[in-house]
Amino acid sequence: MENNEDKKKSTNRRRFLKLGLLSSVTAVAGASVLSNFTEDIEEKKSSGEKVRLLTPDGKMVEVDAESINKYPHAHVNTEESRKGIPNKKFVMVIDLARCKNARKCVEGCQKGHQLDYNEEFMKVQLLQDNEEGSPYWFPKPCFHCDEPPCVTVCPTGATFKREDGIVLIDNDRCIGCKFCVTSCPYSARQFNWGHKEKFENKDIPYSPETSIPAAEGTVMKCDFCPDLLRQGKLPYCAKSCPMGVIYFGDKNEDIVTNGEETVRFSELIKERGGYRHLEHLGTKPNVYYLPAVNRQFPLERGFNVDEDIIERYKDVPYVKEMKKQGKI
Amino acid sequence: MDLENRKRELVKEFSPLLLKTSKLSKIWMVGLTAVILVGLYAFILQFMKGHIVTGMRDNVVWGVYIINFIFFVCLSYSGAFIGGVLHFVKTPWKNSVARIVEIITVLSLIIGPIFILLCIGRLDRLHYLFMYPRIQSPITWDIIAIITDLIGCFIYLYLTFIPDFAILRDHSEDMPKWRQKIYKYLAIGYQDTKSQRELLHKTTKTMSIMIIALAIVAYSVLAWIFSLTLQPGWNSSIFAPYFIIAGLYSGAAVIILSMYFIRKYLKLDFYIRKVHFTGAGVFLLIMSLLYGYFTFSEYFSRWFSHKTHDAKLLDTLFTRYFWEFILANYIGILIPIVILFFKKLRTIKSITFASIIAILGLWLNRYLIVVPTLETPYLPIQDTREEFVHYSATWVEWSLSFAGVAAFILFFMLLMKLVPIIPMSGIIDQEREQNRKNKKK
Repeated sequence: MENNEDKKKSTNRRRFLKLGLLSSVTAVAGASVLSNFTEDIEEKKSSGEKVRLLTPDGKMVEVDAESINKYPHAHVNTEESRKGIPNKKFVMVIDLARCKNARKCVEGCQKGHQLDYNEEFMKVQLLQDNEEGSPYWFPKPCFHCDEPPCVTVCPTGATFKREDGIVLIDNDRCIGCKFCVTSCPYSARQFNWGHKEKFENKDIPYSPETSIPAAEGTVMKCDFCPDLLRQGKLPYCAKSCPMGVIYFGDKNEDIVTNGEETVRFSELIKERGGYRHLEHLGTKPNVYYLPAVNRQFPLERGFNVDEDIIERYKDVPYVKEMKKQGKI
Repeated sequence: MDLENRKRELVKEFSPLLLKTSKLSKIWMVGLTAVILVGLYAFILQFMKGHIVTGMRDNVVWGVYIINFIFFVCLSYSGAFIGGVLHFVKTPWKNSVARIVEIITVLSLIIGPIFILLCIGRLDRLHYLFMYPRIQSPITWDIIAIITDLIGCFIYLYLTFIPDFAILRDHSEDMPKWRQKIYKYLAIGYQDTKSQRELLHKTTKTMSIMIIALAIVAYSVLAWIFSLTLQPGWNSSIFAPYFIIAGLYSGAAVIILSMYFIRKYLKLDFYIRKVHFTGAGVFLLIMSLLYGYFTFSEYFSRWFSHKTHDAKLLDTLFTRYFWEFILANYIGILIPIVILFFKKLRTIKSITFASIIAILGLWLNRYLIVVPTLETPYLPIQDTREEFVHYSATWVEWSLSFAGVAAFILFFMLLMKLVPIIPMSGIIDQEREQNRKNKKK
């Protein structure tokens, strides 16, 4: 029933878009990105609230506010997606004290980006800063650096930095030289080594903002889900995390939210000792970390996952030690 | 004029090399063609199925292909460098090796870039490099450098061929019609008059200076593809000079190896003499000392300062790649030094042996620069599927690598069928010089 309604709405929307209103829609949706973050968590029924939009030919139209946000894949063409959402500066804060490798962020991201079980834009690493320090789980998306080495080395401009801080890939432009993969110090990029059936899925037109469908012989990575941001939603990872580990927001507005609480970005960083990983490399990431102090979960909770996932950490010194003691 | 007679004599002397193909070289050609065909099949497979058929995966995204690319391209640059320098050296013996060096330069510069193309996931979009060029990418620099260098070296090679083409055109009465036509066409009306000769010498001289400069620029750009990234094993300020020295090291070794085979199978003992081997051997010795010094400096500073990520890389090199490291950076450098250092040990065979060790060692050294670095990124490789962690090349990559080497040898053999490997014009020039000196006396 609800699905049908959605469909109807999206077809309405499509017709709406066909009228050539795309640019104004995206502009308005963009403007409302953050103000909608908090309310967005629960799926809303028709709100009754109307929003007025100006069409390119100067007519004023009124649409349901809810239908703007709900539109599943507002297609943003490549040219548009190179510009970014105006007046935004997206930022992510990851609270390491709350992460227990539940992997919901990984799964949510995989579902949202139509990734296979073995493909991850978001990886969860098990790090240990020094021998005395205790190990911690470290979710690692793309850092969307302000000085992105990947963008510098790209010979065709297939990967680019937008005004809103997001680093995206246009896989229609990518020639697959992999130079960006080798130049990223955070190993954030993946390559599509062979053909997959899902690449042929032409239901949705390709947009760098959705990264769907992926293409053989090109790179892909975490994109901060700009399609969702345009709808005022949180990225898939932030939305899926049951612990509220991942805060996302706008540096310009100085607000980040994990869906449950909305806080001032600057205060959060100041009070909790926020830092950026490998700061000394000078890449100026837009992903910040809050140190793993006063943890909510013991580290071992993170091994409550499938056997083959545990296997992925077998080279970590801590895991080796634990295995020797028979604790894992 | 006796020089005209001398030219006729030389053509007579060398024409069997051009016209007759021995049974052995026929077998070689068939064998090489077969290797190339297997490589071609591997390429089609890779093109159809994607890079999934190679051993490269998300962490080690560059493998044997890029190593071959560096190897061949460095070989070419060193050929250009040595060839350019040889042009200014006034010794009678340089004539016999000059053409070998120039052919190595051009052939390796044709084969090298093929390997970088093999690294590219979407060959169908190659033209995007020119449609949407971005000048700050070192890849764009490299493309510009390689194309410029290729054109420069090709012109240089051709310039040195012209007088020989002219000699062959004038004295090829006994040769088949198509050959005469080719020589006539390629000689572009060169008549060896005084003014033409001077013009050609002047142009060749300018070109040789230019290709020396080009080679240095191109070497550096190639090194920068690695050293301008942030990766622990690559981000090194000595990479550009290191690549130059390493390239000259392998270049000298490949020249010696080619001299050996050409002398042995084409029976050119009269032209390629021991003095060539000892000369090249001493050059190889100097290069091996320099190369060893650079290699030591590179690893020593990493080891001594032991920054976390450098230390991790060295740990990988000394555990997983222990034997490769010993072979590349100890055996591959010390053995040539020992053989070439002692005068008594400098025989043609031992110098050639040292060259083979040098070539293999250098290739392995390049492997150790590329693969272990990619296997030891800043963030340890975790949370990824098992088969993505380490790299090992598949048969597709190996067969394409061997196809590259085979194509190099085959093209070399074919080019030697077009012009004599010993430049006839060089011999004539020398004798002309001699005559003039005699007259003065």
